[in-house]
Amino acid sequence: MSAADPAAGAAMSGPAPAAGAAGALLARDSAWKPWEFALWALALAAFFLLPSKLLLLNDIAILALFALSIDLLLGYAGIVSLGHAAFFGFGAYAAGLFAIHVSGDPLLGLVAAGLSAGVLGFATSFLVLRGSDLTRLMITLGVALMLLEAANRFSGLTGGADGLTGVTMAPVLGLFEFDLWGRTSYLYSLGVLFVLFVLARLLVHSPFGLSLRAIKGNRLRASAIGIAPNRRLVAIYTIAALYAGVAGALLAQTTQFVSLDVLSFQRSADGLLVLVIGGAGYLYGGLVGAIAFKLMHEVISGLTAQYWLFWLGLILVILVLVGRDRLLAGPRGLLRAALARLPRRRAP
Amino acid sequence: MTALASPAATTTAQPILQTIGLEKRFGGLVATSDVSLSLRPGARHALIGPNGAGKTTFINLLTGVLAPSAGKILLDGTDITTERPHARVRRGLSRTFQINQLFAELTLLETVAIAIAERERKGWSMFRPLAAQTAVIDEAAELLARFRLADVMAKRTAELPYGRQRLLEIALAIAAKPRVLLLDEPAAGVPEDGRREILDIVRGLPASVTVLLIEHDMDLVFSFADRISVLVAGGLLVEGTVAEVSGDPRVRTAYLGEDADG
Amino acid sequence: MLTILFDGVAYGMLLFVLACGLAVTLGLMNFVNLAHGAFAMAGGYLTVVLMGSYGVSFYLCLPLAFLVTALLGAVFERTLYRHLYAKSHLEQVLFSIGLAFMAVSAVDYFMGARQQIVQLPPSLQGRVEILGAGIGVYRLFIIVVCALILIGLQLALTRTRFGSQLRAAVDDGRVARGLGINIGRVFALTFAVGSGLAGLGGALGAELLTLDPTFPLKFMIYFLIVVTVGGTTSITGPFLAALILGIADVAGKYYFPQLGAFIIYAVTVALLLWRPYGLISREGAR
Repeated sequence: MSAADPAAGAAMSGPAPAAGAAGALLARDSAWKPWEFALWALALAAFFLLPSKLLLLNDIAILALFALSIDLLLGYAGIVSLGHAAFFGFGAYAAGLFAIHVSGDPLLGLVAAGLSAGVLGFATSFLVLRGSDLTRLMITLGVALMLLEAANRFSGLTGGADGLTGVTMAPVLGLFEFDLWGRTSYLYSLGVLFVLFVLARLLVHSPFGLSLRAIKGNRLRASAIGIAPNRRLVAIYTIAALYAGVAGALLAQTTQFVSLDVLSFQRSADGLLVLVIGGAGYLYGGLVGAIAFKLMHEVISGLTAQYWLFWLGLILVILVLVGRDRLLAGPRGLLRAALARLPRRRAP
Repeated sequence: MTALASPAATTTAQPILQTIGLEKRFGGLVATSDVSLSLRPGARHALIGPNGAGKTTFINLLTGVLAPSAGKILLDGTDITTERPHARVRRGLSRTFQINQLFAELTLLETVAIAIAERERKGWSMFRPLAAQTAVIDEAAELLARFRLADVMAKRTAELPYGRQRLLEIALAIAAKPRVLLLDEPAAGVPEDGRREILDIVRGLPASVTVLLIEHDMDLVFSFADRISVLVAGGLLVEGTVAEVSGDPRVRTAYLGEDADG
Repeated sequence: MLTILFDGVAYGMLLFVLACGLAVTLGLMNFVNLAHGAFAMAGGYLTVVLMGSYGVSFYLCLPLAFLVTALLGAVFERTLYRHLYAKSHLEQVLFSIGLAFMAVSAVDYFMGARQQIVQLPPSLQGRVEILGAGIGVYRLFIIVVCALILIGLQLALTRTRFGSQLRAAVDDGRVARGLGINIGRVFALTFAVGSGLAGLGGALGAELLTLDPTFPLKFMIYFLIVVTVGGTTSITGPFLAALILGIADVAGKYYFPQLGAFIIYAVTVALLLWRPYGLISREGAR
C-alpha cells in the first residue's frame, strides 16, 4: 500500500488559482478602494463646503486620529485599554510645553509630542502584558489616573486645574498662520490625520499587521508558528501611544490651550465609544465614529446642554444591548450593496 | 511497514529530539513522570496510551506551553528546556493541536502566509504589504494546493467545515518547515470521509522530517510508526518496535485490552 | 500614628463592604460592572434624603439603604445585566460605564451638583481613647459594623446552603448547573446582596466619603483596585486589598499631601505587577 504523496503534486480538488493569482487576491485586499478616495476627497471638500464649521471639523479630525490609535490597539491587537487618554494628554502637554519653552514650530512640536508619547507607551507597555483582561483594564486606567494626578499636582509646570495657557504657535511650514476660524487648523489636522492614516494602513496590511491579527485571533497558535507575542504587542502599544500623542498635540496646537481633561477617564471613554460606534478592526471606524459622535453631540447639546452625559450613557447602553451590528444592519446592507467589498471588518 | 525509506543515518547519530527525566507536577498531581524519550533523525515515532495518560501534557512540555517541574529537553543537542514556545519553533520544532487552533478570522492564505513569513524572518516588516512578498505568497498557495485547500484559500477559516480546517491545522505546522513535527491526534474530530485524506497526508510527510505522532487509531499507528512509546499515567510503560509493543502483555492490559473491549 | 492607622482601617473596611459585591459579581458572573458605585451612591443619597427631609434616624437608614439598593440591584439584574453575561468584557465595560454616566447625570439633575452633608447623630460624634490614641466614635462604629458584615459574609458563604451553591457556581458554573443549582437565582440574589451592601456602605460612609453626583466615577477606581488586587476567588483577598488601600490612602494623604492619590495608583500598579491575578487567587482565574 503506497501512500499518495502530496509532496509530489497530486491531483487537486476543484479549480485551483495559479500561484500568482493568490498574490493578486491579497493585493486586491490591500489596494485602495474607490470609496476610500471618495471619503478623503469629501473630507478635503468639507473645507470649502462648510467654512463656518471648521472648528468642529478640526475636532472631528483630532477625535478620529485618537480613535484610530485605539483601533490599532483594540481592533488589531485585541488590547482593551481604559486609559489611552494618558498618551493623548501626555502628547498634548508635551506639545504645549514644547511650544512655550522650546519652539513654536508646529511640526517640530508634533514630532516631539509623538516621540514623548511613544516613549511613555513603550515604558508602560510591559505593564499590560501580564495578567487577565481585568488586570489590563485596571493598569491602563491606573496609569492614566496617575498621570492626571501628576498633572494636577505639578501645576507650576502644567497650569494645573486652570490649564496650560500661552501656547503660541508659529505658522505651519512657516507659511500658514493659525487663525481664529480654524482654516489652518483643519487642514493641518486633516493633513496629519491623512499621513498617519496611510502609514497605519500600510502597517495593517504588512506581515507585522497580520501577525498582530494572528495574536489577537489565537495567541496560543501565534506563538506556535514562531511569533513572539509580547514583543509585537509592545511594538503596537508604542505605536498606538505615539498616534494618540500626536492627536493630543494637534489639540494643544490648534486650540492653543491644554486642560486637565485631556488626561481624563471621560476622554478615554469617548475614544472607545467613537471606535465602537464606527467599528473596530477596519481602520475607518475611528473616522466614521468620530463624525457620528460629534454630530450626535452637536444635536443633543443643542437641545440639553448640561445633560449630554446622560444621553451619552444611554447611547452606550443601547448600543451594547442591541448590538452595533443589529442597529446598523439596515443602512449597512444598503451600503454594502452599493459599494465595493470593504477591507476586513470586525466588530469588537 | 512504511513505504518511506528511513534516511541513511547511522545508529550512533545524535538524537534530534530527546527528553531526559521529564517531569510535570500540578500540586499533588503528577502528570508526567520521569519520561525519557529519544528520537533519531527521520524517525516515525508514535506515542500511545489511554485517555488521561498525559500525552498532550507531554507535547505541551516539549513545545514550551508548560514548564517542566524537572528534567531536560534537547533539540539536536541544544538544551531548549527553558525556551519560550516561539523560540522552539524557530529552532525547527512544530506541532499541531488536538483541537484545531486556528485563526478564525484570517483567510487560509493569510494563515499559511504569515507562518511562512515568520519562518523567513519577515514578520517584523511593517511598511511593505504582505502581498508584495511574492515568494512567501507563492509558497503558501502551493502548500495549500498540496493539501487540496487551494479552492478555498481566500475564505475565512471559520467558514470551513471542521475536517478541512484540520487539514489547515497540519498545513500550518508544515509551513514552518520543521525538523521535528509533533502531531497531536491529527485525525481527531474529523468525520469518517475526511480521515482517509488526513492519514494519507501524515503517511506522505517528507522523510527528512522527524515525526512524533499521538494517535488512537491503531491502523495508522501500526502502518506509520517504526517505534512506539506507551504512556500510562504519565510514565513510560514500554518502548520498542511495533512488534515488540503489540506483543507486550502489559500493553495489552493497560491499553490495547481496553481498546478491544471499548 | 495609631490614629492614622485606625482611620485607615476604618476607611479600608468601608471600602471592603462597598466593593465586595463587585468582587463576587466579577468572580461569579465574570462581569465587569463599572456602575457598582452608583448603588453605593444611591444608598448615600437615600440616607441624606431620609434624614434630611423625613427625620429618619441614621441607624435606621442603614438597613433601609441596604434593602432599597438590594431591590434596585435585583431589578437591574433581571432586566438589564442578565443579557450581558455572555458578552465580551469590552461590551460589559461600555455598558456599565453608560449606566454610570446615566446615574451621575440623573442624580445631578434631581439632587444638584453640590456635595451632600450628612449630620451624624450625637451618639456617633466625639472621640474615644483606645490604646492611647484618639479615634472617632463614628469610625469605630464603621469598623465594628464592617467587621460584623465580614463575619456574616464568611459564615453565610461557608455555613449556609446558598453559600455553598454560590461557591460552587463561582468555581465552575457549568458543573454547578449540572448539579441542579439554579444559577440564575444565585446570580440574581448575589447581585442584589452585593448592590445592597454597596448601598449600605454608601449610607454608612456618607459622612466619611464625599457624596456628590460624580461619586460612582471617582470611586470606581478604588473598587476596581480592591477587586483586581484582591482577586475574585475569595473574600479574604479583597478584604486585605481594601485594608491596604485604605491605610495607604489615609497615610499617604497625611504624610505626603502633595502626592495625593498618586500613591494609591502607584501602589496598585506595583501590586498588580507583582501579582497579576490578585493577592490571593489561583493562577489563571479571572
